[in-house]
Amino acid sequence: MKGLLQGRLGTAAGFAAAAVLLLVVAPAVLSAFNLGLLGKFLCFAIVAVGIGLAWGRGGMLTLGQGVFFGLGAYIMAMHMKLADASLFGGSGVPDFMSLYGSGQVPGWWEPFRSPAVTLLAVVLVPGLVALILGLAVFKRRVKGAYFAILSQALAAAFAVFLIGQQATTGGSNGLSGFRSFFGFDLQDPDNKVMLYMIAAAVLLLSVALARQLMHSRLGELLVAVRDQEERVRFLGYDPASIKTAIYVVAAVLAGIAGALFVPLVGIISPADVGVIPSIAFIIGVAIGGRATLLGPVLGAVGAAAAQSALSSTFPSFWVYFQGLLFVLVIGFMPGGLASLASMVGKRRRNRTARPLPSVPTPAAASASAPLTEGEASMPEEARR
Amino acid sequence: MSTPTLLPDGEPRAGGLRHGRPKYLEIRDLSVSFDGFLAVDKVNLDVVQGDLRFLIGPNGAGKTTVIDAITGLVPATGSVNHTGTEILGRKVHRIARLGVGRTFQTASVFENLSVLQNLDIAAGSGRGPLQMLRRRKTVDPAVEEALEIIGMEGVAGKKAGILAHGQKQWLEIGMLLVQNSDVLLLDEPIAGMSQDERAETGELLRRIAASRITLVIEHDMDFVREFATSVTVLAAGKVLSEGSVAQVQADKKVQDVYLGSSGAEADDA
Ligand SMILES: Nc1ncnc2c1ncn2[C@@H]1O[C@H](COP(=O)(O)OP(=O)(O)OP(=O)(O)O)[C@@H](O)[C@H]1O
Ligand SMILES: [Mg+2]
Repeated sequence: MKGLLQGRLGTAAGFAAAAVLLLVVAPAVLSAFNLGLLGKFLCFAIVAVGIGLAWGRGGMLTLGQGVFFGLGAYIMAMHMKLADASLFGGSGVPDFMSLYGSGQVPGWWEPFRSPAVTLLAVVLVPGLVALILGLAVFKRRVKGAYFAILSQALAAAFAVFLIGQQATTGGSNGLSGFRSFFGFDLQDPDNKVMLYMIAAAVLLLSVALARQLMHSRLGELLVAVRDQEERVRFLGYDPASIKTAIYVVAAVLAGIAGALFVPLVGIISPADVGVIPSIAFIIGVAIGGRATLLGPVLGAVGAAAAQSALSSTFPSFWVYFQGLLFVLVIGFMPGGLASLASMVGKRRRNRTARPLPSVPTPAAASASAPLTEGEASMPEEARR
Repeated sequence: MSTPTLLPDGEPRAGGLRHGRPKYLEIRDLSVSFDGFLAVDKVNLDVVQGDLRFLIGPNGAGKTTVIDAITGLVPATGSVNHTGTEILGRKVHRIARLGVGRTFQTASVFENLSVLQNLDIAAGSGRGPLQMLRRRKTVDPAVEEALEIIGMEGVAGKKAGILAHGQKQWLEIGMLLVQNSDVLLLDEPIAGMSQDERAETGELLRRIAASRITLVIEHDMDFVREFATSVTVLAAGKVLSEGSVAQVQADKKVQDVYLGSSGAEADDA
């Protein structure tokens, strides 16, 4: 397949094929239920695209993407709750608030009555939080496991915070029971298809964005920062700014995914944004191949599909299976399943191409590069 | 048409440029202490643009630490003035942007990126966000020239990780050139090179140094004799002697230090 997908034309063709598959074939052949399910998986895939950039390319183990996913999701959910409450001459106060709270809409909910503010906030709030967090963390040179633990703790804290706010965020029940989405009836099957289409289109755009970033100068610099952060400083760059920029992109993608998840799935609760879902995001990406363009997408969709298929039949078994798979992939195939494809491709290419001059490869080079086998990290000019 | 070139004509000489207002690096009372151990002890050092200064001294003398201090890698006291600008105490990337570039004792390049990408990154710290978001379509003229100077046009597309040791060091020198630094600090740039490679590197250093402030750490006394225009000897963190190669070799203190340790001449082997 790699042979066909080379060069600019190949990329465009591959992209078009994916678009046809997602936007034409899937809606035609899948049942409404399965299409909705696929839509949900595509949301996870959008998060995964961001993780692929931040972790696969930037080396930041973003174990807390649930936070940004949750911010986008809750902002969208608040808007939908408020809009629903005003339907048919309603009071404008979401049902659960009168049930558990004072029956008053808290001030910080109010801005999200506006559709425009909501759409902006879905992008800006996760982006700003990531910007502040990223600058604070990366300027202090927090990295590696410390960064991962910090992200994880943040996701845990975020979930705990949400659970504690029964009257304003629905507590552990979260927000659900939505009836409309920007004026569209969520019961209408056509509108459900439309929601799926939006998610698919956003995923395609995110992949295109990720591709552009990977092949841009910033993408090359990011690999340099990942592999030798300290060295980059001596060339006049501040790695903290570069890492923060990519962290923000990943956060914005997660936020948008969260905002799409809510109307597609119909509920958002702390269980969707805490530690476990944050880890699940990472697992999908690791399995698929973090440093490649499509590995994270396929891994996220595959892992989510397997989960929904297996967890209904063997509810407790899935968690162990997922954990085991994660350990196996990290331990024996750090490049993920994508590295299988490129290993096969490389072998085939080596057979046909003239042998490379036998330049001794220092052991250090291969040891410091466990994540970058395959096409994705290969320079453009070497591929032609 | 005269495009700026990375290698203007001319030869370096002791004392540096004699015309115009040469740039300079003025180091005063530079001290670095590691948990109370003074690795660099009140070092004074002046290097003028156009001088090819070598910094020699026994193992552990503090040579690398001097460069680490100048480039902001280790905290230091004293003063390092680059042509009127105090650089000590600034962040590493700020110092680099003020035109101070360095190489490392163990060549340090981005192994997962191609030679061309390595050079492009080195050339790019001044690029704006829009340029960074775009794809690298054309080769920067400076990068092209650097590739030619270091003789690596043939391997421009190869990953830096597969380069031979000497090539990595040349790549690092190339990166320094495109980085547009006027202060070059090179830490043992010929270590591990063959005799021919050494000679080529020496010639390259002379061409580079004619228009820059250059400080090269080196052990190989033959190499120093052949290419240095001036020498500073460091021992136990202190400047022991300074002058031409002949002058420092005639210095009793220097002889004592080298006889006391393994000996500079013995290092040649
Ligand atoms: N980070 C550090 N922490 C503690 N001590 C250090 C550190 N870096 C260097 N030193 C010590 O400082 C002294 C000077 O080291 P430096 O590397 O500058 O020597 P050098 O002159 O470059 O030697 P060589 O010729 O072997 O490269 C040595 O005694 C070394 O052990
Ligand atoms: Mg040293």
